[in-house]
Amino acid sequence: MITTDILIIGAGPTGLFAVFEAGLLKMKCHLIDALPQPGGQLTELYPKKPIFDIPGYPEVLAGDLVTNLMEQIKQFEPGFTLGETAETIDKKEDGTFIVTTNKGTKHQAKAIAIAGGLGTFLPRKPLIENIESFEEKGVEYFVKDPEQFRDKKILIAGGGDSALDWSIFLADVAASVTLVHRRNEFRGALDSVEKVQELKTQGKINLMTPAEVVGVHGEDYLTAVDIDKEGEVITLEVDNFIPLFGLTPKLGPIADWGLEIEKNAIKVNNALDYQTNIEGIYAIGDVNTYPGKLKLILCGFHEATLMCQSVYNRINPGKRYVLKYTTVSGIDGFDGTRKQAEKAVVKAIQ
Amino acid sequence: MSDITIKIKDREGVQHSVDAPTDMNMNIMELVRAYELAPEGTIGICGGMAMCASCQCYIESDHELPEKTPDEDAMLWEAFNVKDNSRLGCQIHITEALDGLELELAPEA
Repeated sequence: MITTDILIIGAGPTGLFAVFEAGLLKMKCHLIDALPQPGGQLTELYPKKPIFDIPGYPEVLAGDLVTNLMEQIKQFEPGFTLGETAETIDKKEDGTFIVTTNKGTKHQAKAIAIAGGLGTFLPRKPLIENIESFEEKGVEYFVKDPEQFRDKKILIAGGGDSALDWSIFLADVAASVTLVHRRNEFRGALDSVEKVQELKTQGKINLMTPAEVVGVHGEDYLTAVDIDKEGEVITLEVDNFIPLFGLTPKLGPIADWGLEIEKNAIKVNNALDYQTNIEGIYAIGDVNTYPGKLKLILCGFHEATLMCQSVYNRINPGKRYVLKYTTVSGIDGFDGTRKQAEKAVVKAIQ
Repeated sequence: MSDITIKIKDREGVQHSVDAPTDMNMNIMELVRAYELAPEGTIGICGGMAMCASCQCYIESDHELPEKTPDEDAMLWEAFNVKDNSRLGCQIHITEALDGLELELAPEA
């Protein structure tokens, strides 16, 4: 059982910044995210795109903002459960919550902050008959552990960065890599496209374009796929089929937690602390809604800050505290580090 | 600059005729969101970067539209339920030339 003060569901920018604000109030955080890395949509969808409306940054790449947030919170030693989805929640008599993921990992926390953004990023599944029966039995929508594919015959489908990057990476791991895309052109970083070209020339990647996977076969486990190449259907023996057609967010199991939902978002008390209709469960960032809501990172940061103050009062009843400024007080990390402003020098000038 | 009229058939098959401003640098995806013609969270997921195809629509009138950018073209090759008249709403900016445009929102995929 993982225990923490605030369990944050969603490791996007809002969830990450909440760790900082909680840390200032001596509260520990643990984050759960369905994606294998922190950053949410900034990392998953547009790491190389600039953001122009983060106060104090005239321009910052989404990926760099996440890197900076991770640096900003590291002294508060957040825990992470990545690649798992928060599935069920139980409120105990003592007011704590137990959240269990789809993989069975249990977390106990004094408060929950849902910072789930647009929801859980789920893979967009190709419209192939019977594909569901081979999921995790040869059909994989994520590459979580590349070693899983060592010495296997792999087929990757897709035309974007993920398809290119994993084809390149797995070319050295798998027995064979076939990359299938509906057309000859790929959309990705130029060096990735050139690298795939080079690996194709070296015979390390078998490229099939324009082509499309149209069927899956096997008994208990996937053994072959049908590929339509310009009207001709070819059956290819494979151990794994990895369709990489991007991700689409769904609110997912959170929608069944008894929270008030409006317009695919969680209703919160914006006048006070972004608490939901269930005491002790907060919703911050793009996942919440209230009159006048704006889905902006900067609004998420503000909501995270107010949420933390409310949680402090919830878990420390009667323990007085006033807001402090980091410039004055510095930051005491849970790792023993201390950051503070340099002391002014008091010295006579002769 | 003035408003134009655009006819949009939503995913339930309901027809809407909406006024679209031409002076706010808006696109078709944003227009659909502004009039709440598709539930929040089901359209414009990537924010309008031609990266998710959640704003795919079928153009039903014969208006001359701006050429597809390579990004839009590539995304449509990866999307589902694509037809010859598919476009990404986020890549179609609202201009006076689009007055009377008719389109249908593609199913959520």
